[in-house]
Amino acid sequence: MNLLDWLVLLGTIVGIAAYGTWRTRHTHSLNTYLKGNHNTGWLTIGLSVMATQASTITYLSLPGQAYENGMAFLQNYFGLPLALIIVCAVFLPIYRRLGVYTAYEYLGRRFDSKTRLLGASLFLLQRGLQAGITIYAPAIILSTVFGWRLDLTILFTGLLVIVYTVTGGSAAVNLTQRWQMAVIFGGMVTAFVVLWTKLPDDAAHIAGALGKLQAVDFTPDPQRRYTFWSGLLGGLFLSLSYFGTDQSQVQRYLGGAALREGRLGLMFNAVFKIPMQFFIVLLGALLFVFYQFQPDTPVFFNQTEWRRHAAGPESARFQAIEEKYAVIHADKQARIRAWVAAREGGDAAAETATRTAMLAAQKASDAVRQEARDALRAVDPKAKIKDSDYVFITFILTQLPHGVIGLLIAVMFASALSSKAGELNALGTTSTIDLWRHFRPLEAHDEARNVRNAKWFTALWGFFAIGFAWFVSFAENLIEALNIVASIFYPALLGVFAVAFFLKRVGGSAVFWAAVAAQALVLLLFFLGKFYPAREIGYLWLNPIGCASCVLFSLAFQTLLGKLRASPPSTAAPAA
Amino acid sequence: MKPAPDPSPADDAPGVPGLRTWREVYLFVFAFFVFCVLLLALFSRVFA
Repeated sequence: MNLLDWLVLLGTIVGIAAYGTWRTRHTHSLNTYLKGNHNTGWLTIGLSVMATQASTITYLSLPGQAYENGMAFLQNYFGLPLALIIVCAVFLPIYRRLGVYTAYEYLGRRFDSKTRLLGASLFLLQRGLQAGITIYAPAIILSTVFGWRLDLTILFTGLLVIVYTVTGGSAAVNLTQRWQMAVIFGGMVTAFVVLWTKLPDDAAHIAGALGKLQAVDFTPDPQRRYTFWSGLLGGLFLSLSYFGTDQSQVQRYLGGAALREGRLGLMFNAVFKIPMQFFIVLLGALLFVFYQFQPDTPVFFNQTEWRRHAAGPESARFQAIEEKYAVIHADKQARIRAWVAAREGGDAAAETATRTAMLAAQKASDAVRQEARDALRAVDPKAKIKDSDYVFITFILTQLPHGVIGLLIAVMFASALSSKAGELNALGTTSTIDLWRHFRPLEAHDEARNVRNAKWFTALWGFFAIGFAWFVSFAENLIEALNIVASIFYPALLGVFAVAFFLKRVGGSAVFWAAVAAQALVLLLFFLGKFYPAREIGYLWLNPIGCASCVLFSLAFQTLLGKLRASPPSTAAPAA
Repeated sequence: MKPAPDPSPADDAPGVPGLRTWREVYLFVFAFFVFCVLLLALFSRVFA
């Protein structure tokens, strides 16, 4: 990075944060602090929802995921449009009608305070952990690549977002997210255009022939992580949980001038989310093609980690792997060119033969990359052997012109700040409304004190996330880590809301214990899969299993407890 | 400090050209989703 890059980076990131802080510095009303301005339009809500969901991991890790495994991850989003339609038709009108600040307030009115506390606690636990991952994910990659100190990178990002989120609350979050999304769109389109100009004519066909463009897989195998079916069903439940019961999203669309604004904001996401994610995974698949024609493609993209070990006592082994990879890479390039020539020549037999040779070369190349990972693991059992998160950042730093590099690094920070701001805002709100006001009901009428407490809680969660990020370490690809955590803690919560909306006969105690049992079942299935990998099911399936078991347990417990006739549930909140 | 409940949250018009009710908006979004999946399936097939 040179001076121009630094000017673009700091000007963009600090400028947006300062603008948001200054514009919302006089937010003293609790309603505005927690829900944002009442004149917020649907586009701002839509962009805010999108910005909260898409963190840096989306832009940094997803292209690497596609580079490594192709476009199959896209199916993860297939349930999202359907979930958003359900949220618009069922969840949102009820939240608006009751005028609640948090989704868990509704549980308190529909059931009882212990169910509300359980819902709020599950959210705080899950989102609190994710807030740590959200801040850790970009910091670990950027600090590794640039040689920055990891703790200081985490601290800088964390403090910046704490300042404007605490100062302006939801109003500041909405305002800054809009500008951050503009930076993100601008930066990603620029990167795509630059990449496109560097690709050979047959790039899409090459990516397809090497298995990177398989976007839809209809195989009904539950052990496959990403298929059309797991994406549709598991993705539907995961998205329903996220958009319907997670306060970080609910808070984004509860504001707005009218119900219409929230609904249109969500429909905006239902339409544009899959095309946007397609664009990002396509970028990753095309990066794969780009690197097939680069003579100096690294055998391992996390070059900092690689060089650190390659300079040690095992240097001969590492050098041998590098040389072996260079030979295989050159051979693969020749085979790809032979396949392209055969394809253009229209010779079917030659095309089949060259394709077979090309796929064999790809397999050999994958084997050497695995050998490189094994070598790293052998010299250091704690070495980070997943390098897919470093593919896109390597491209940014080595192929983009100065100024654009600064813009793309600004994209990474903007997305970290925007998703983090939405999370902190929601964590502060839930702590204030569902915990503090619940335990200190006499002080709930003091508006100034409420705002003050919301600010303190927001700051506390910000520092908790910074602390968690300082001590955490992840083995999985980062975007998967986020979805795995969500798939463990969301399903029981969604089950509680499903019972609240659709099963009027079930009361608070039954649903409370059903949620506890469903959460235990999900944890059991998850850890059984870890101990017996041959029996592990794709994590997306935990969502329908956890939700359905919560609903079924509720019905069973309601019958067992004999609540049906003894004490009918409250009718304060209408069911859909 | 409870905010005033929204007085008319029922079914306000979407105000989207060509789509008069929310049901039509949802149908449009669903149809667009099906269209996207079909396009992606075709995309996977063409470049397989």
